[in-house]
Amino acid sequence: MSMIHVNTKVNGDEAEFLCDPRETLLDVLRDQLNLTGSKEGCGTGDCGACSVTLDGRLVCSCLVLAVEAEGHEIGTVEGIAEGETLHPLQQKFIEYAALQCGICTPGILVAAKSLLEKNPDPTESEVRYWLAGNLCRCTGYDKIIRAVMDTAKDMREAS
Amino acid sequence: MALDDQKGGFKFIGTRPNRPDGLDKVTGRARFGADAHASGMLHAAILRSPHAHARIKKIDTSRAEAAKGVKAIVTRADFTQSLQPAPGMKGENWNILENVMAGDTALYDGHAVAAVAATSALAAKDALKLIEVEYEPLPHVTDVDKAMQADAPVIREGVAAGTVPKGLHPNVAGYHESGHGDVEAGFAEADLVVEDHFVTEATHQGYIEPHACLAQLGADGKGELWCCTQGHWNVQKVCAALLDLETSQLRVTASEIGGGFGGKTAVFIEPVALALSRKANRPVKLVMSRAEVFRATGPTSSTSMDVKIGMKKDGTITAAQGVFRLQGGAFPGAPADMTAMCAFAPYALKNVHQIGYDVMTNRPKQAAYRAPGSPMAAFGVESVIDELCNQLGLDPLDTRLKNASHEGTKASYGPKFQRIGLVETLEAAKAHPHYTAPLKPGQGRGISCGFWFNHGGETAVSLALSEDGTVQLAVGTPDIGGSRASMALMAAEVLGVPYDNIRVIIADTASLGYNEISHGSRVTYASGLATIKAAEDAVKKLCARAAAKWGIPEDAVKWEDGCAVPSGPNAGEFPPMPIAEITRKMGATGGPICGHFEATPEGAGVSFATHIVDSEVDPETGKTSVVRYTVVQDAGKAIHPTYVEGQFQGGAAQGIGWALNEEYIYGEDGRLQNPLFLDYRIPVASDLPMIDTVIVEVPNPGHPYGVRGVGETSICPPLAAIANAVSAAAGVRMRQLPMSPPRILEALEKQAGDG
Amino acid sequence: MRYHTPDNFDEASALAAQASGTTRFLAGGTDVLVQLRSDIVTPDDLIDIKHIPGVREITNEDHGGWRIGVAVSGAEMTEHPRLELDWPGVVEAMDLIGSTQVQGRATLVGNLCNGSPAADAVPALAAAGAHVTVVGPNGSREIAVEDVPTGPGKTCLEKGEVISALHLPRRGHAAGDAYLRFIPRTEMDIAVVGAAINLRLDGDTITEARVALGAVAPTVRLVPKAGAALIGSTLDEAALDKLARAARAACNPIDDRRGTIKFRTKVAGVLAQRAAKIAYARAKGDRK
Repeated sequence: MSMIHVNTKVNGDEAEFLCDPRETLLDVLRDQLNLTGSKEGCGTGDCGACSVTLDGRLVCSCLVLAVEAEGHEIGTVEGIAEGETLHPLQQKFIEYAALQCGICTPGILVAAKSLLEKNPDPTESEVRYWLAGNLCRCTGYDKIIRAVMDTAKDMREAS
Repeated sequence: MALDDQKGGFKFIGTRPNRPDGLDKVTGRARFGADAHASGMLHAAILRSPHAHARIKKIDTSRAEAAKGVKAIVTRADFTQSLQPAPGMKGENWNILENVMAGDTALYDGHAVAAVAATSALAAKDALKLIEVEYEPLPHVTDVDKAMQADAPVIREGVAAGTVPKGLHPNVAGYHESGHGDVEAGFAEADLVVEDHFVTEATHQGYIEPHACLAQLGADGKGELWCCTQGHWNVQKVCAALLDLETSQLRVTASEIGGGFGGKTAVFIEPVALALSRKANRPVKLVMSRAEVFRATGPTSSTSMDVKIGMKKDGTITAAQGVFRLQGGAFPGAPADMTAMCAFAPYALKNVHQIGYDVMTNRPKQAAYRAPGSPMAAFGVESVIDELCNQLGLDPLDTRLKNASHEGTKASYGPKFQRIGLVETLEAAKAHPHYTAPLKPGQGRGISCGFWFNHGGETAVSLALSEDGTVQLAVGTPDIGGSRASMALMAAEVLGVPYDNIRVIIADTASLGYNEISHGSRVTYASGLATIKAAEDAVKKLCARAAAKWGIPEDAVKWEDGCAVPSGPNAGEFPPMPIAEITRKMGATGGPICGHFEATPEGAGVSFATHIVDSEVDPETGKTSVVRYTVVQDAGKAIHPTYVEGQFQGGAAQGIGWALNEEYIYGEDGRLQNPLFLDYRIPVASDLPMIDTVIVEVPNPGHPYGVRGVGETSICPPLAAIANAVSAAAGVRMRQLPMSPPRILEALEKQAGDG
Repeated sequence: MRYHTPDNFDEASALAAQASGTTRFLAGGTDVLVQLRSDIVTPDDLIDIKHIPGVREITNEDHGGWRIGVAVSGAEMTEHPRLELDWPGVVEAMDLIGSTQVQGRATLVGNLCNGSPAADAVPALAAAGAHVTVVGPNGSREIAVEDVPTGPGKTCLEKGEVISALHLPRRGHAAGDAYLRFIPRTEMDIAVVGAAINLRLDGDTITEARVALGAVAPTVRLVPKAGAALIGSTLDEAALDKLARAARAACNPIDDRRGTIKFRTKVAGVLAQRAAKIAYARAKGDRK
């Protein structure tokens, strides 16, 4: 099995790795780059726990082959905070208890951040549909939706 | 301190601080089951039976062994040979072993048959394809009613517990019967008797994190195991039994856990990873795929139930009777007893009788799922009560209030209730604006009560003070939903130190005494109680140091707001001595100051809830949506109310999935048809409304602060409440879960045809 | 598995033609990767066509129709400022597939080539009269979308053939399309039934109508009789009734984990009626 050499950028930093063409971006992020914040909940694009951005576009990293990352930019949960400063969504998720077990949280944060960049003033329904691909089994989504809505409001007021 | 004094005037209890592990969880640095690495680590994969029931005639691993990167392969022969099957639950470790790795027969689709460890995950999966298994397919059964019929294939002879009446099919592994009074006389007194049959499908706990572990076991019998589990001491005990190890030589560390809901109380992959590690002499990581989680880990039981209730015109229930058949997969242990015991617990009944059957089929071994058994029982019972209220023109809340259990009621399952909060939840539901809000056309409202026992269990907690007066608290129950926060709050309350000065860790098995699995909603109750007692133990020692310093008797010192103070004017005049002043010198005044507590608390305190649901049904497609939802539940005392609300909301959401869309679907071939989240349809964000919560607080006399467990009761009422709402909206009684669109259309058409 | 990144469609076609084992083309990957990970299909050769120039472009063609590149994602279609004005039914059908994350990758042509009878985009494309350009060892050909799928998981494409673009016809005036599907949840499910309607009006009267159904037969199918039921009507009750009957008569579904024969057949009529009302309103100028 010949391995393929890939050059990419993860959270702004250059990264390179060798991978089997069957390996997903998620496999490489977790097993080679030690970025285990992205989680594998299903491996079939149904749960969103592996959400990352690919050139700014929200995708499931379990549905992207690692070789496809060549020349592209990846954003993961590890890149959301700026240094010691948490992203307002991260802060709000803690404050609102918008997580219980926390396994879906990285994916939801990546997805919610992507939403607010596209739509700073989403309705509740827009938030719910945007996040429909991020399964959470603990919270019933209530506190997650409230955290996203209120973060959006804070960010609008701050800007 | 008198118990009553502790029920009010709290400084920390009832506040809503940020959870201690919040930062870890929002930055991706929290380490869950699959996030661990070790140098030289191998990756493992498990080969699973494609048959529902088949004799394993031969397993040839030679080609796989020769494959590139393969370092070890295990089959049943690599586990202990000393365990033996026994009737009922007596042979439980043998049952676990049989489930972890099949013996001479594959008992369900997905049953583990062999496992490989290789240098990469892909190499391990590739090697599985090279293992040749010769199967002889056997007749199978997956339906609970069919499994009890005379012609059903026998899963295994000799399983039935001694309590099972003679003459039943060998697949009936357990039997429960209880009640009091004379139900026939009660039915004779009734103005109306309703009897109906109900069916629920198996549902999965659906935690988002698949089972995962990292194991290391050497030829010296010493091992290290990292895994996501609700109970690492149980994992330790079971793995030791399955691999002939000394329990204490296996140290188990619980990772962060990505949901459990009962499903991670069982042991599945950990012994396999340990066996592979022992054979390869290298660390082995084993992570389940989602399909493996669905095919081979615990769903809850499916059920077939008959419920009969008699009522007078004024709403008084005169008698109640239920028969509950639980499908438990290929092993004994379905919670037929729990189901039967919970069924009528909300009501004070003169005449009640219940029977439960634990029935084996060719399906994965059922595992606990949030109040195991109770939600299904409530579905049957509360549907019949709803029907009685409809037919007699009674208000459903008033009728439940009229019959509600209260302190002193002889429970349907035997004991006398202590102080309980059902009436308070019903009254709060009645007062809630939701109950009287107008409904739109096409909508229906349903209510239901629910009950769960709650549990205490073996618990050990240790607390160590640092020189600077801060606190390290070690508990043995994994933090599934914010329990570090509630533990820190309780410790802060006793010690009088700031919440942020307490670091809570989940200790490994070598660091504390045995902690029972995190089940039975026991964590905040039992670990909380142990935390309070451990903190009080430390306080006693702190007071002793102050007493020694002041030269007064130990009992002349008390603890207030984080300081030792003289207990009264007679004790002498000394300025308050803060905790840090004592701890700074503790090395010289007698050594480290720690508090600990080990016990099996028995006063868990049962809990009740009442839910109100509005639903809407599209009569042309049978599509249902839940448009409004309110949870009212007795928490005893909410330590961190936000996380209590979270438990209420999560239970309701899981109930909505169970009621409307989730189900295990087996084909004629006995294979699971929907082992992915694509077709095992748990609620997504756009399916649900906001879930309103009301926390009722009727203190539990068995906990210093009045805590009752809250995790499980919240899933007891939803199935029935939603069924009652959907039945009202659709205008037809729904007796089978899930109430999927085809079933609703079918029921509507049947009714139109009958009419 | 060998991974290839050809620069043009002729090269992609040649790679596929020369391959001896299982071959898959990779665009969005939302089906290919699921099949790979679930051990359903592990290709010997995987041909990533995203390096071919122009595959990510949506272009307005000279005749007024649209050319959609084979690697254009659902999200890119939804975000396009003009495509949805012409073909709201096609865009909403594509948008219904999977999550936001899946929308970031999934493509129209991928949805077509996966060959699923339940593909959401395909009924809308068939109703719209879309066709694809296919490049193969013997040159290129044009195929109507409804002729591409030949059975569950099967297409009419020959060995070495690859779709190089999808074309939507010129929209023209007084016309509208719509797609509705039934799923048990609000998102994330595969269609249990799908119905697409494409209409043109003269005043209030329907002059052209194409109806396509998904998930009710081994392939997505155009239902000419259902279209005929609408032509000449103003979408009155009688026409809607005929539409539902024709739609149901065209159903030949299966019982499976997603729905029953009876359910699918009944709901096909309901959805056809509902979609027809939306398409009609759109043809009248309602852009909601």
